[in-house]
Amino acid sequence: MSQGCNIPIVIFNLFGSALNRYLFVTPPQLPAETTTQPKTLGYSHRRHLYERLIETLLFLMAFASVVITLSIVVMLVKESYVFFQHVPLWDFLTDTQWTPLFDNAHYGILPLISGTLVSSAVALSVAIPLGTIIAIYLSEFAPFIVREIAKPFLELLGGVPTVVYGYFALLFVTPLLQKIFPELPGFSLLSAGLVMGIMIIPYVSSMAEDAMRAVPMNLREGSYAMGATRLHTAIRVVAPAAFSGIAASYILGISRAVGETMVVAIAAGMQPNLTWDPMEPAATITAYIVQVSLGDLPHGSIGYQTIFAAGLTLFLITIMFNIIGHIVSRRYREVY
Amino acid sequence: MGALAAQGNENSKIEVEQLHHTQDNAAKSAILTGCKSEIRDLDFFYGDFHALKNVNMLLHERQVTALIGPSGCGKSTLLRCFNRMHDLYPGTRYVGDIILHPDNVNILSRNVDPIEVRMRISMVFQKPNPFPKSIYENVAYGLRVRGVRQRAILDEKVEEALRGAALWEEVKDRMNTRAFELSGGQQQRLCIARALATDPEILLFDEPTSALDPIATASIEELIADLKKKVTILIVTHSMQQAARVSDYTAYMYLGELIEFGVTDTVFIKPKNKMTEDYITGRVG
Repeated sequence: MSQGCNIPIVIFNLFGSALNRYLFVTPPQLPAETTTQPKTLGYSHRRHLYERLIETLLFLMAFASVVITLSIVVMLVKESYVFFQHVPLWDFLTDTQWTPLFDNAHYGILPLISGTLVSSAVALSVAIPLGTIIAIYLSEFAPFIVREIAKPFLELLGGVPTVVYGYFALLFVTPLLQKIFPELPGFSLLSAGLVMGIMIIPYVSSMAEDAMRAVPMNLREGSYAMGATRLHTAIRVVAPAAFSGIAASYILGISRAVGETMVVAIAAGMQPNLTWDPMEPAATITAYIVQVSLGDLPHGSIGYQTIFAAGLTLFLITIMFNIIGHIVSRRYREVY
Repeated sequence: MGALAAQGNENSKIEVEQLHHTQDNAAKSAILTGCKSEIRDLDFFYGDFHALKNVNMLLHERQVTALIGPSGCGKSTLLRCFNRMHDLYPGTRYVGDIILHPDNVNILSRNVDPIEVRMRISMVFQKPNPFPKSIYENVAYGLRVRGVRQRAILDEKVEEALRGAALWEEVKDRMNTRAFELSGGQQQRLCIARALATDPEILLFDEPTSALDPIATASIEELIADLKKKVTILIVTHSMQQAARVSDYTAYMYLGELIEFGVTDTVFIKPKNKMTEDYITGRVG
């Protein structure tokens, strides 16, 4: 899914080949009978310099991502520190109201966390079952042609801009849901969550499918040879064998759901609301950050600092899921 | 070693020919006594590739039959016809019959469900392929597939199969550990136990020792000699020594054709066909 990293590689390749041409001047055309073996065994400084250069370049590129991540964390922590000098951490964690823009300001993160968790839970209750079923179908059942046609379409689902999903939720799914639940308000976590779930399906299904396809054929044959059906083989042998990869796909889905911004900002309303009911409107952490970033709060004001504290909370939630995912996928990694 | 058991069946090739050309039912049934399965005019295709060409042979009940021949000669392909493994892949086609006795049913027929066939004919693969489950669940897998739920029956069958595969003593105290924690040889014996748990009539071995060290190989060969008291065994092997050690009957295949089939000792000591002799003596690889 991450095709965006091609450009630096292309640039890097161009650079590499230019360097190559500079360092290794093409030798004059040798007569046919001449051996290609080097004449001496002397230490080639040029070759080793070239190697060292490439190594350094590769290191710098890998290092850049670490530096960027760390500087984001440092920035978040630094700005949050300013915030926590005005608002006690205890209030931040326990207050049930989030009204930093009001005169009577309350800074309780709980309403935002509840909105985030409820919308994510709705999204995942759509994305995980459907994504898994799609992955099992594509990996174990679908004929070649079906898979080749279905996969690009599925990936297209992941390529639709999230703002489009947001309006899809607000203008199509919400009215549809209102026919079933007449009391559903115009903005709701349910509608945003459902659409977010659809958006996340391809992330889950594509990664889970890759994990299942990586299960060696000889394991499947072992199961078929025992008289098992395709479904039995898929559920009892292939899925457990690919569990580590499937778990990783769920974690990716969770991270996407928790961090998703546009859909919830548009379709879930932006009122912080401490609720566990998906039928109500509420704001998520991300939606709140959008709201403040777009507003006209003066830089440096306490209201403005809240977005860093909220951002840090979001970051901690996401990193927690990543760590859990890492542990789970390490714990259940199969060596075939 | 199998010659004693096979006395009176001096030449199976002739047997097969008689079987096909005689109209005399009494003679037919005399030959078929003790015959578990017969392959009649079997051709097999991978798409356009003609992988097996007019193969005729017999599997004797409770005997070990070895398939030998150079790589790509079709011996594994023939083995995998027995449990309809080729049905899993598109573009494969069987022509001809594999008759399973005593039912007298052609298991390659379209009316026969490959899953039913696999429930009666088990297979052990080249590379040990235990499932990502506990030792117990690996052995119980086939029983669970067949819908067995009662713990008592499962326990009994699992123990019996593990004893049959000479693995019980080594694993009885750790039935719930994961099968991947066993050594390669143990994993292969676990796969044999898994195949045995469902009381198969024929056990197929596809080069079962090629991924194992000599000690594990010896234990598997010993096991095969022991297992033939209960089941009919068909084994593909690329080691002629192994074929000579474990089998009662040997079939030599070359380029999809069955060149020679007979009692192992005869095939190895006095092969009738020049090609077989060349292969066995190592002039042709």
